[in-house]
Amino acid sequence: MPIPTPFHERTSALCTSLFWKDWAGYHAVRSYDTTHEREYFTLHHAAGLIDVSPLYKYEVTGPDAAAFLAFVMVKDIRKLKVGRVTYLCWCDDHGKVADDGTVSRLGKERFRVTAAEPAGAWLTQRAAGYRVEIVDVSASLAALSLQGPTSRAVLKEVVTGADLDALRYFGVTEAELAGIPVHVSRTGYTGELGYEIWIPAGHAVAAYDALMKAGRPHRIGPVGLDAMDMTRIEAGYIMNGVDYFSAHHCLLESRKATPYELGLGRTVDLDREPFVGQAALKAEVARGPAWAIAGLVYDWDEFEALFAAVGLPPQVPAGAWRTPVPVYDEGGRQVGYATSGSWSPLLKKNLALAWLRAPHAATGRQLKIEVTVEFHRRLVAATVAKLPFYDPERKRS
Amino acid sequence: MTANGRPARASYDAIVVGGGHNGLACAAYLARAGRQVLVLERRHVLGGAAVSEELHPGFTFSVCSYVVSLLRPHIIRDLQLERHGLELIPLECSFLPLPDGRSLTRWSDPNRTRQEIAAFSPRDAEIYPEFGLAMTRLARFAKQVIDEPAPDPASLDPRELFRLLRLGRAMKDFDEEMRYLNFKLLTMSAVDFLDQWFESDVLKGPMSVSGIIGTFLGVRSPGTAYVLLHHYMGEIDGAFRSWGFAKGGTGNVSRAIASAARSFGAEIVTGAPVAHARIVSGRANGVVLENGDEIAAKAVVSGLDPHRTFLKLVGEKHLDADFLASIRRFKMRGSSGKVNLAVDRLPSFTARPGDGPHLQGDIAIAPGIDYLERAYDEAKYGDFSSRPYLNVVIPSTVDPSVAPPGKHIVSCFVQYAPYDIKEGAQNWPKRREAFGDAVVDTLAEYCPGLKESILYRQVLTPWDLEQEFGLTEGNIFHGELSLEQLLFLRPAAGWARYRTPIDRLWICASGTHPGGGIMAAPGEIASRLLLKSGQV
Repeated sequence: MPIPTPFHERTSALCTSLFWKDWAGYHAVRSYDTTHEREYFTLHHAAGLIDVSPLYKYEVTGPDAAAFLAFVMVKDIRKLKVGRVTYLCWCDDHGKVADDGTVSRLGKERFRVTAAEPAGAWLTQRAAGYRVEIVDVSASLAALSLQGPTSRAVLKEVVTGADLDALRYFGVTEAELAGIPVHVSRTGYTGELGYEIWIPAGHAVAAYDALMKAGRPHRIGPVGLDAMDMTRIEAGYIMNGVDYFSAHHCLLESRKATPYELGLGRTVDLDREPFVGQAALKAEVARGPAWAIAGLVYDWDEFEALFAAVGLPPQVPAGAWRTPVPVYDEGGRQVGYATSGSWSPLLKKNLALAWLRAPHAATGRQLKIEVTVEFHRRLVAATVAKLPFYDPERKRS
Repeated sequence: MTANGRPARASYDAIVVGGGHNGLACAAYLARAGRQVLVLERRHVLGGAAVSEELHPGFTFSVCSYVVSLLRPHIIRDLQLERHGLELIPLECSFLPLPDGRSLTRWSDPNRTRQEIAAFSPRDAEIYPEFGLAMTRLARFAKQVIDEPAPDPASLDPRELFRLLRLGRAMKDFDEEMRYLNFKLLTMSAVDFLDQWFESDVLKGPMSVSGIIGTFLGVRSPGTAYVLLHHYMGEIDGAFRSWGFAKGGTGNVSRAIASAARSFGAEIVTGAPVAHARIVSGRANGVVLENGDEIAAKAVVSGLDPHRTFLKLVGEKHLDADFLASIRRFKMRGSSGKVNLAVDRLPSFTARPGDGPHLQGDIAIAPGIDYLERAYDEAKYGDFSSRPYLNVVIPSTVDPSVAPPGKHIVSCFVQYAPYDIKEGAQNWPKRREAFGDAVVDTLAEYCPGLKESILYRQVLTPWDLEQEFGLTEGNIFHGELSLEQLLFLRPAAGWARYRTPIDRLWICASGTHPGGGIMAAPGEIASRLLLKSGQV
């Protein structure tokens, strides 16, 4: 049975819908209200507070910490400066992605890794010969994600000991939040201006209260995972277990993915000292990836016409979906499948992330995607689009 | 954009007079089709009545229109308005506080709404979804009417007959009952119409007001049922009846359309009042600015209301007496005003104290049918309502960008405020503050502490709407949305196709089919017909 996060006392009081899910063994709110619509708009127009404590978190310290992480990760972490965060993935020995996450450099010899899946044993197994200590801080470190255009104003009310205006996109800093020692990083999973706050679990409730109080004039609101799921699709962020599967769990080789196929090629520093999966990734680059993750935008006129043909107004999905649907080329041959998608109330577009055979993933390519209209399967035109679908200037400002 | 400047060229394919949302939409579509277009706006800001202005430091007011629903989805997509900064935030609910401390909130969640209504009438609570379904079906029918030029049943042109047939076919999905309902809707009063479904006065009050907005009629006046439907036709993401705020204020709708127009190459000049259209032997060939500059165009498109278009832009001497008479008879008679408040804290209602989602929708002061009818009684005899109907929104609850942190904007749409008060319309400025007081007093009865929280107050009477925004007699829809002024009769019988008796002079704003509200449909359809005419 799932267990409570350090914020449960507060989130459970606010979650009037009783709409929860299991996230990594924790109770996590899907939406606080019966629908997630208001929370979605809170993320885009004010500031949403999301409990992301169930993330797996590891502290990696020691004189060889940078060298060790450079060895296990696809990116050369030795180049990461103190006070910076990087997004990346890590692979198995065959160059297939095991997970994606972030690495923060908190000090010269101190790093924090976040992951969607447990990674402690895997990291430890590869640490032989490195002077590092790997500590699983998943339970002892609570985490809040504060996302939206007013998030900076909220934090400024309550954070001391750090210059938030100077904290750039993918920066991280030590700070005090209402007297509690925390780390604040300029990161998130929404594509909005936003921050993640890393809090000792024992202070979680006090930090939550301080943020909610300081955020009131800035229209802060609690936000659940359903709203975040919509924004992460708008932002073009992939999700382990939804848009791809960790190489650690795949029964079938065909289910595994390489960083290049996942659009994470930019995170790979290939030509350097050996790292896990390097040889396979070099071969992959030479061969060229077979698949690609791409964005798809449904053709609205066709979509509307399909519904009009049965006498219905166009019915857009109420939230983000993650049941795969087939994608075809114009000749009717299946060329892949969409893994997740969402209607974007902001962009007025029907969006999907799709796993496509590489030649069909070029931006602007015309494909067809399956939709169900009044219980019948139909095809509607969709165009391959560049990710992210939505990329507001404030995200980086 | 050129502000207070001069247009770059001496001649254009088309000149649009008036930078309201319809004029801008028309210009955007013309420019998209490759035409050289110039928009001339008298004021220093674009938007006409769809405008936002920072009237008090840190507070951005949606000065006139304040919610968006009817903006046609295909226009949002055609012009890619989201790329140009348009973001719509849906209204959460409809909150009705009552003087006795009870309240009724209608939510997007049907179960929650049923529970709320059941407190007043268990029967109405169950019937409410049936009413919603019937209105959705009617609205779907109406949608076909509002996205196309209005068919003219009096015309002998076979193409008109074909249009009517096509429309008739669209009714085939209706059973007999629905078909009759369609016709009843055209002639009944809002109250009689609602009486067919509901018993509770508390429910009927806030529902009936949709039938009177922008008209000089009462909820018991025949014909108001249609106006009710007009407000039910709103559509967001394929869902009818939904309303939203534009992020940053309503002016951002206009700004987004203007930005789209410019991206297609349209030129937009503000601070450029047009004196009159240049008309030579019954044909428009340009405009004359108030500063005397003349600009030539193959066609002139008026984004002004029918009165201003024909009586000022064109001028009586160019029009024949019958047509002039029909335009003069076209009822403007504004009936509403607007009071915008900047407040230093969130209003708290006795009926539902404190912050909450009930403040994130619209708030109606409409406690019963008699209250509304009494408000109308005063207006009939030339006075503003001492206890008016109010439609209040607090957009800063969902869009903090429009007010400083912790502070809020309270926007009150007020009815009735007749243009022709008994002192004479020009004496409205003397009554302006008394009118503002009546509004604040009314709201404060539900919202103690409101008066003390006011930092700034803007009061707009129908006179102000006319003087400042060019809405003749302060009519927010460029002419009442009553049946005799709709469809093929808008703005005049035989002239519902955006053409006018002046060759090459077109009209494209809310005074034409399908009418008012931030729809942009008149502008878009007008551009379509103008392009088809081959005149530009």
